[in-house]
Amino acid sequence: MNCFSKSYLKSLPRDIRLKQRYRAEKRFRAYGYTAIGIGVFFLTALLWSIFSQGYTAFWQTSITLPVKLDVAVIDPQNRRDKNPQILITANYPVLIRNALAEKLGIAIDDYIGLRELNHMISPSAGIKLRKMVLDNPQIIGSTQSLTVLAGADIDSAFKGKINLTVSEISRKISNRQIKWMYKLAAEGSLYKAFNTGLFIFASSSRPETSGLGVALIGSFYMILIVLMFSLPIGVATAIYLEEYARKNRFTDLIEININNLAAVPSIVFGLLGVSVFINFFGLPRSSSLVGGLVLTLMTLPIIIIATRSALRAVPISIRSAALGVGASKIQMVFQHVLPLAAPGILTGTVIGLTRALGETAPLLLIGMVAFIANYPRTLMDPATALPVQIYMWANESERAFIERTSGAIIVLLMFLAVINTIAVLLRRRFEQHR
Amino acid sequence: MFTQHTVRSFDKELNRLSKEIAEMGTYAAHIVERSILAIMRDDQKLAKQVISDDIFLDVAERKIDEEAILIIARRQPMAVDLREIIGAIRISVDLERVGDMGKNIAKRTAVLSDVRQTAAFYHGLEDFAALALKQLNEVLDAYACRSLERIDAVREHDDEIDSMYTSLFRDLLTYMLEDPRNITVCTHLLFCAKNIERIGDHATNIAKTVHYVITGTYPALERPKDDQTYRLEIGKSRRIL
Amino acid sequence: MSSELKIKMCGLDVKVSYGKKRALHGITLNILENKVTALIGPSGCGKSTFLRCLNRMNDTIEGALVTGKILLDEEDIYDSSVDVVELRARVGMVFQKPNPFPKSVYENVAYGPRIHGLAKSRVALNEIVEQSLVKAGLFSEVKDRLHDVGTSLSGGQQQRLCIARAIAVSPEVILMDEPCSALDPIATAKIEELIDDLRRNYTIAIVTHSMQQAARVSQFTAMFHLGNLVEVGTTDTIFTSPQERRTQDYITGRFG
Repeated sequence: MNCFSKSYLKSLPRDIRLKQRYRAEKRFRAYGYTAIGIGVFFLTALLWSIFSQGYTAFWQTSITLPVKLDVAVIDPQNRRDKNPQILITANYPVLIRNALAEKLGIAIDDYIGLRELNHMISPSAGIKLRKMVLDNPQIIGSTQSLTVLAGADIDSAFKGKINLTVSEISRKISNRQIKWMYKLAAEGSLYKAFNTGLFIFASSSRPETSGLGVALIGSFYMILIVLMFSLPIGVATAIYLEEYARKNRFTDLIEININNLAAVPSIVFGLLGVSVFINFFGLPRSSSLVGGLVLTLMTLPIIIIATRSALRAVPISIRSAALGVGASKIQMVFQHVLPLAAPGILTGTVIGLTRALGETAPLLLIGMVAFIANYPRTLMDPATALPVQIYMWANESERAFIERTSGAIIVLLMFLAVINTIAVLLRRRFEQHR
Repeated sequence: MFTQHTVRSFDKELNRLSKEIAEMGTYAAHIVERSILAIMRDDQKLAKQVISDDIFLDVAERKIDEEAILIIARRQPMAVDLREIIGAIRISVDLERVGDMGKNIAKRTAVLSDVRQTAAFYHGLEDFAALALKQLNEVLDAYACRSLERIDAVREHDDEIDSMYTSLFRDLLTYMLEDPRNITVCTHLLFCAKNIERIGDHATNIAKTVHYVITGTYPALERPKDDQTYRLEIGKSRRIL
Repeated sequence: MSSELKIKMCGLDVKVSYGKKRALHGITLNILENKVTALIGPSGCGKSTFLRCLNRMNDTIEGALVTGKILLDEEDIYDSSVDVVELRARVGMVFQKPNPFPKSVYENVAYGPRIHGLAKSRVALNEIVEQSLVKAGLFSEVKDRLHDVGTSLSGGQQQRLCIARAIAVSPEVILMDEPCSALDPIATAKIEELIDDLRRNYTIAIVTHSMQQAARVSQFTAMFHLGNLVEVGTTDTIFTSPQERRTQDYITGRFG
């Protein structure tokens, strides 16, 4: 009997399992929602924990005081004209402490009180005052209004990061200090200001004076190097492999190796950087040049693979059209194929760049994890990078560093967001030109 | 001869067309046969029947025409298929004309009935008709099996018809000379003979069409026009006698 | 064939293989000047392969090997002295799918003349673009949209744009690889009309799957099957009384 005859088909029970099919679809959709839900939950948790801890890092507690530049303290023997060293070695912190003591009405002989006062002010305050005096020695003897950073513990306490309800012995800040803090705050001389230091300061052992300055410059240099080297080399390699190279064992081998390179753990690239760039070529350790070169090696396979797939996605019809009117191969590639592949290449480049920007492990190996107090002026100067700085701060024990770690992560995320936004805008521009 | 079309309904349509041509051919031959029979037997009833039956050929011709046009419109036939269809249209026209010839012969039955002559007058016509019909049937058979050899064989026999027509013409001319009273009957018989000769021409036409259908070319125009009776005149016929 | 016909292109025992697979088994075929030659045959019969040999588009395919000779005005185009870029300027091509560049209508047509340096000035280039569009029967439809993207035109307009693009470099021969297979009947009719016009100035070879189209536009037809040239002759003969059984079977729809 013909299995497609009408009568045979009619005789079959007509059950095409519609309900089961729809149910399966619903189930599958539910799995999808669940997966997305879990993802969103963890992302939110991550962002929330970072932002809730980190947003305060963008504000810093400062104290503004009228400081009396007492000649008796700075230069008791009045020899500063002959010996400029006097102005440098003078005891500026005492001046600030005294000003604070005067403001809070603390006796000069209350040694415990004075020591506690000392802790309320960042050691950077003395340096700031010294710089002020050195710049303009005429002000000695007068009273100047000076804004200084509060001590790290006061800063934490003022931001509510220290639990003030525990007993006095087991916390880093005394009851008197708390009282003074609130008194100063009520007078308006202790307040929170935008923390420009976070972006400007170099490394420091004290949280309130440490910042991302060196790391930002280092990261910027490295991104520049990665872009300069990996984009042209990567795109050129991809074009050669995709458009010119003959398909044979050798190019297959190259292709496999490039794909494998993209999967190599980044720390291996760090080792490579140490042995090739530092030991063999003798480039300086910790420099952004070496860091950038290592990251370039890491980014290259990503850009090559992305570019090749973008080139492959350009329809053959466009190539034929170009060749058909007599374009040479290089004209075809550069005037037709590459412009169409540009958005894909851009995406690959941005993925590579953001990966490079967030990379820590290889930089640790080439010595970029270092306490660097001076801004790197050239590519050869020692520098750190944003993720490395985060790594270093995360290892610190003080409360104020935890806050700064989260703050630095926020800065890093912003950095990535900016790069991605630029990429999206560029991509849109490219696609409009189609 | 050919493998099937990918579209099988096309095959069916072409087959139906040639089957209808075959049927039409058989019917046309039948009409001619019966018209001769009506004259031979002086059968008025049969003659009337033949005259009215001719309408079927007209209908069949029109039907083949419409079907062929439909196929052309629907299938856009090429090469052998196109020739097949064009051939069918042409053959149907020829066959319809053959039917008309039969009808014309049958119409003369009534007149001939009034001036009835001895059977000897009609024998020549009967033999001539038999020859023409044999020719027609052979052409139709050759068409049915698409045989080029048989078509060429049929065309070999063209001369026989011509010579037989010439001799029949001469006979009838002789009868008229012998006795002027024979003129009426002989004139009618002459027209009948002319019609039968035309049937032979149509058979030849069909043969040419079939040749074209099969080969895509027409047979060479080697033979001049066949009818030699235009050369006959009374004096000469007498001399020939 | 009368003596006034001139052979424009000529394939002599052309064999093509892709890797180990032989695609053409020795084709010898003439393309006559100012005539339209249609190449027909079932899919995979090698007609497109042969067409692509005529402007060496097969060179771009990895592993393609072409032997035999192809003459353009009695010069072997596979000779090492022939520059493939120059050849493609002389033998233009129109493809199956309309494939305008994702640029403006103007740029599409201007591209060829520009890379070949055919226009000495901006004005001359404008002239070439306009003339090409006029010849392709497209100018009146796009004269207000010259700076719109080429891909925004309708399918038929896109294909005529591609023809205009091919014409713009003043080729001697135009190869068309199933130019109407993606178009509706009206657009197809316009292209066919255009092919008939173009025949006066160009030599045309067209691959088509439509028997009717081959019958309508061409003067000569070549039938390919399984990499062989089965039959070649005037279109009139091929479509009324082909000599070869395979041609007959193919054009009447009896294949396979």
